[in-house]
Amino acid sequence: MKKITEIRKDFSILSTSVYGKPLVYLDNAATTQKPSCVIEAMNEVYTEYNANVHRGVHFLSDKASEAYENAREKIRSFLNASQKEEIIFTPGTTGSINLVAYSFGERFVKKGDEIIISTLEHHSNIVPWQMLCDRKGATLKVIPVDDNCRLVFEEYTRMLSKKTRLVAVTQVSNATGVVLPVKEIIEEAHRYNIPVLVDGAQGVQHGMNDVMETDCDFYAFSGHKIYGPAGIGVLYGKREILESMPPFQGGGDMIEKVTFEKTTYNALPFKFEAGTTNFPGAIGLARAIDYLRETGPEYIESLEKDLLGYTWSALSEIPGLKMAGGSVPGVPVFSFNLEGVHHYDAGMVLDKLGIAVRTGNHCAQPLIERLGLDGTIRASLCFYNTREEVDTLIEGINRVRDMFF
Amino acid sequence: MTTDEVQEQITAEFEAFNDWMDRYNLLIELGRELPPVDQAEKTNEYLIEGCQSKVWLVPEFRNGLLFFKADSDALITKGIVSLLVRVLSGRTPREIKNANLWFIDKINLRQNLSPTRSNGLLAMIKQMRLYALAFELKNPDKTA
Repeated sequence: MKKITEIRKDFSILSTSVYGKPLVYLDNAATTQKPSCVIEAMNEVYTEYNANVHRGVHFLSDKASEAYENAREKIRSFLNASQKEEIIFTPGTTGSINLVAYSFGERFVKKGDEIIISTLEHHSNIVPWQMLCDRKGATLKVIPVDDNCRLVFEEYTRMLSKKTRLVAVTQVSNATGVVLPVKEIIEEAHRYNIPVLVDGAQGVQHGMNDVMETDCDFYAFSGHKIYGPAGIGVLYGKREILESMPPFQGGGDMIEKVTFEKTTYNALPFKFEAGTTNFPGAIGLARAIDYLRETGPEYIESLEKDLLGYTWSALSEIPGLKMAGGSVPGVPVFSFNLEGVHHYDAGMVLDKLGIAVRTGNHCAQPLIERLGLDGTIRASLCFYNTREEVDTLIEGINRVRDMFF
Repeated sequence: MTTDEVQEQITAEFEAFNDWMDRYNLLIELGRELPPVDQAEKTNEYLIEGCQSKVWLVPEFRNGLLFFKADSDALITKGIVSLLVRVLSGRTPREIKNANLWFIDKINLRQNLSPTRSNGLLAMIKQMRLYALAFELKNPDKTA
């Protein structure tokens, strides 16, 4: 097992300084840092075998295509999906959800139908469905949460009806770290043959990456939140449903034959990958997933569990600190406010102490409003963070309190 | 005092401190000293909504000069707001439109006014200039 000091060496950015202070990076729910092997893998693409994939007859194109398809296979195995054709590369979680909202919506949603989401969603899992509902005259239903940010499950079961076309929920609330009972949500929907899309942007990096286990129909995630590059993401979809959906965008690679009278479309997964895809990104993402496998998922889980417990008890001792998610979060994401201190002020001071946190509504305005807040301070940790960094955060928070009281 | 002279004064006050925490303490103090805008005036008309902190800016035109009252829900933002009020309030619309706000760079507050920092400050400056332009257009004789 790699020592934490060794792990941190893989992420050279972690040893940089900001404002003359060692960087304490606690904004991992926004984006994670990349290990050097990911950066090298992408560098290799550009320096050794850059060529357009699936097009050329030449050596480089073959090599790039092979690496791209190998990346797809790695993602398939990582998600425990049964077929490679079920793995579609997209620009990110947002791109994946928009693809489904457009394409699934085009085929299956009509006037009077309903789409169910939850109060805990990121804007990316709200707005595409609103746009679909506007286009089709459908209705968006929202599963409520209680004051502790927990989903009111009975309300959800009551919402499911013959009109429901799709349920779209996140695995983990990005704003509070609360984990949703996704498996139960799916089981319930499947009793009525309603497909479920799972937004995995905040769950995939915390070991919730098995689509077979949850039996979700769609799974969306972003590469940059799981130590891979930005601009690449994945949509997993069950083959049967993907086959029945029309293409999302038209262009190169997604076609079988084009004439001015009629175009026939390519098979899965290419049907949904119009234009030159971000193949260097896909290759980088696959390398990130290899890195996690090499480091050991159980080991990573134990490191994060330790940080979660340690941070939770340290934060709980700070007078006037109120957690937005109520009880202990399921992943090391802590969203809180300090009595009498505006979250933005706190973030500004922590920044100058070298501590990177996020403040504001975290692209989840409806949830923040439901909790009666106008924003929070969010510290999001991952396995490469240390207890010492948590101590620095606590000192920083105490400093903030001193400054504003 | 000209806008440049006020800016020189502000710069000197800030340059007395090297440490960011001391500078923030000064901003917090200035924020606390700035008289708050009355609750009744904190309406949508005067609200400049940033995605993180809110700013209220209330203009008043008296004897050819434009005065500003301003407030924010975040204290450091309010401190910066108070500096902008100090430089630009009680001046002619032309002075407000033409003022080069160089002190922002000089005391390293540019970061707080970048377009991606959605605290409402950048929009506040734009709004101050817009008020100046509007008053000038409405009262061409008074602002010559």
